[in-house]
Amino acid sequence: MNKTSKGKKLIVSVINVIGLCVVAAVFILPFLWMVLTSVKTFAETMTYPPVFLPGKINLKNFANAWGSGPFLRYFLNSCIVTFAVIAMQFLITIPAAYAYARCRFRGKNIMFGLTLSTLMIPTQLIFVPMFLVFSKMNLINTYWSLILPFCASAFGIFMIRQRFMQIPEEIIEAARLDDASELKILTHIMVPMARPTITTMLLLTFISRWNDYFWPMVMTTKDNVRTLAVGVTMLRETEAAASWNTLMAGNVILVLPILIIFIFTQKHIIQAFTYNGEK
Amino acid sequence: MRKRKGNGTYPEKTTPGMGKGVPYLMVLPSVLLLSLCYIFPILYMLYLSFFKWDMLTDMEFVGIGNYRTLFSKTEFHQVLSNTFVFTFFTVAVALCLALVLAVWLNHNSKIHVFVQAAIFTPHIIALVSVAFVWMWMMDPNYGLLNYVLNSLGLPASQWLQSPDTAMTSLNITSVWKLIGYDTLILIAALQSIPKSIYEAAELDRAPKIVTFFKIILPMVSPSLFFLLVMNTLTMFQNFDTVAVMTQGGPLGSTNTLVYYIYQNAFSFYKLGYASAAGAVLSVIVGIMTLFYFRILGKKVHYQ
Repeated sequence: MNKTSKGKKLIVSVINVIGLCVVAAVFILPFLWMVLTSVKTFAETMTYPPVFLPGKINLKNFANAWGSGPFLRYFLNSCIVTFAVIAMQFLITIPAAYAYARCRFRGKNIMFGLTLSTLMIPTQLIFVPMFLVFSKMNLINTYWSLILPFCASAFGIFMIRQRFMQIPEEIIEAARLDDASELKILTHIMVPMARPTITTMLLLTFISRWNDYFWPMVMTTKDNVRTLAVGVTMLRETEAAASWNTLMAGNVILVLPILIIFIFTQKHIIQAFTYNGEK
Repeated sequence: MRKRKGNGTYPEKTTPGMGKGVPYLMVLPSVLLLSLCYIFPILYMLYLSFFKWDMLTDMEFVGIGNYRTLFSKTEFHQVLSNTFVFTFFTVAVALCLALVLAVWLNHNSKIHVFVQAAIFTPHIIALVSVAFVWMWMMDPNYGLLNYVLNSLGLPASQWLQSPDTAMTSLNITSVWKLIGYDTLILIAALQSIPKSIYEAAELDRAPKIVTFFKIILPMVSPSLFFLLVMNTLTMFQNFDTVAVMTQGGPLGSTNTLVYYIYQNAFSFYKLGYASAAGAVLSVIVGIMTLFYFRILGKKVHYQ
C-alpha cells in the first residue's frame, strides 16, 4: 500500500509541475514571441509554418522602428510626462493628505468628499469635454494636457491620509514641544514614516502614466508631444515600417523599461498592486 | 506661525501651530485641479448633450434630440450589446480561471512564486503592446495561434478578421491581461483565511470539493465581489484593444461604447451626440459604483 500511494504521489506532483509550466508558458511565450519577432527578417515573419528562432539576430528592425518616426522624441516625451506627473503628485497630494488628516478647517468634509467623488470618474468618461476645455485654453498638443489631469490623485490623497492618521499624536506633540515648525514635522516625521505608502503610490503612477495610450492619443495630434505608447501605434501608418518585425521592435522599446523594473522590484510591485486592491 | 503662547487652548476651527489659511493652501491645488479636470467636465458633458455641435458652426439647442437619435439607432443598440457581451464574457471567464489558479498557486515554493510573477506580468505591460502581440499571434496566415491549432489537429481560425470570431479574440486578449491581477488578489485573500479553519475541515474529513464551496468560496467572496466590480468597470471602459486590434470592425462587431464615443466626437465631429453617449456611459458606470458601495456597506455591517 505504501508503495502504490508513494507512486501515486509522484505522478500527481509530476502532473502538477507540468501544469505549472504550461501556465507559465501561456503567459511568457507571447513576450518571447514579441522579442523573437523583433530580431527576425521580414522574410522570416512571412513563412508558414512559422520559424521559431531567427537565422541571426537582426537589430535592423530597431533602427527601422527608431528611424521611422521621431522615436527619440516619443521616448523623451514619455519620460517628461511620467516624471512631471510624479513630481506634481508628490508636491500636491502630500500637503493635501496632511491637511485632511491633521488639520481642522471649515469646509474640510465637503472638499474631501469632492476629492473622493472624483475616484469614480475615469478618464474615459470625460475625454470629450476635457478636449474642448483644453482646446479653449490652447493646451492641446502641450505637455500640460497630458499632465494636469493626473497631478492631484484622489486615490493618492486618500491612501496617504489614511497613513498619516495612523501616526500617533504623541510623536507630533513631542516634536512640537521641541519647537519643530509645522513644515519640519511634515517633512521630517510624517513623510519618512509614510514612505512605503508614498513609494507605492508613485510606483503605480509611474506604471500607469508610462503605459497610458488613451489620454495622450486623444489630447495630441502632433509628434512633438506624442508619447511612446502613441508613437508605437503610429508605426503602423508609416509605409516602410508596416511589418510585424518592425512593429514588434517598437513594442519591445515600449515594454522593456517596465519589464526591467519589474524583474528587479517584483516583490514590491506585486505588493503595491495587491495593496491597491485590498484598500 | 507659532501662536502657542498664552493659555494653551486653541479656537475651535484652527489647527495648533498653523495660521488659519494654511490648511486651505495645502488642499487648494488638489481641489482646484480635481474640480477642473473631473467634476466640471461631467457637468459640461451633460450640458453639451443637449446641443448639436461640430466645433465649427454655432451650437444649436436640440433638447433631448441626441438621446432620441441615440436610442433609435440600431447601430447604438449593437454598440451597447457589444459592450455588455464583451464585459460579461471577459469578466466571467477571468474570475473563474483566476479562482482556480489562485487555489492552485497558493503556495510559497519557488516554482509557485515564479508562476505567480509570470501570470502577473501582462498586468503591468502597456495594453497597446499586449494588443499588438496578440494581433500578430492571431494573424490568420502567419500567426502562431493557427499554427498551434493546426498542430493539435484543429481547424484554423480567422480570429480578428471575421465578425464571428473577432469578439472572442478580444475576450481572449483581455482575459490574458486581466487574470494575473485577479489571481494575486484572490491568493492574498486565501492567505488571510486562518489555518485553523482548514484544520477543522480536515479533522471532519470534509472532501476537498466541500471545503472549496463551504469554506474557501465564502471566505474569499468579498475579494471576489471587489474584483467583479473593478473588472466590470474596467472592461466596460475598454478602448485600447478595440482601437489597436479591430477599430470596431469587422462590420461593427467589436465596436464598444468608449470607442463609439471617440469615433463620433473626433472622426465625425458630432460632439453633442458623442456627449449624449458619454452621459449614458456615465449613468451605467454610476449605477455600478453605487451598487458596489451599497453592497460593500452591508458587508462591513455584518462583520
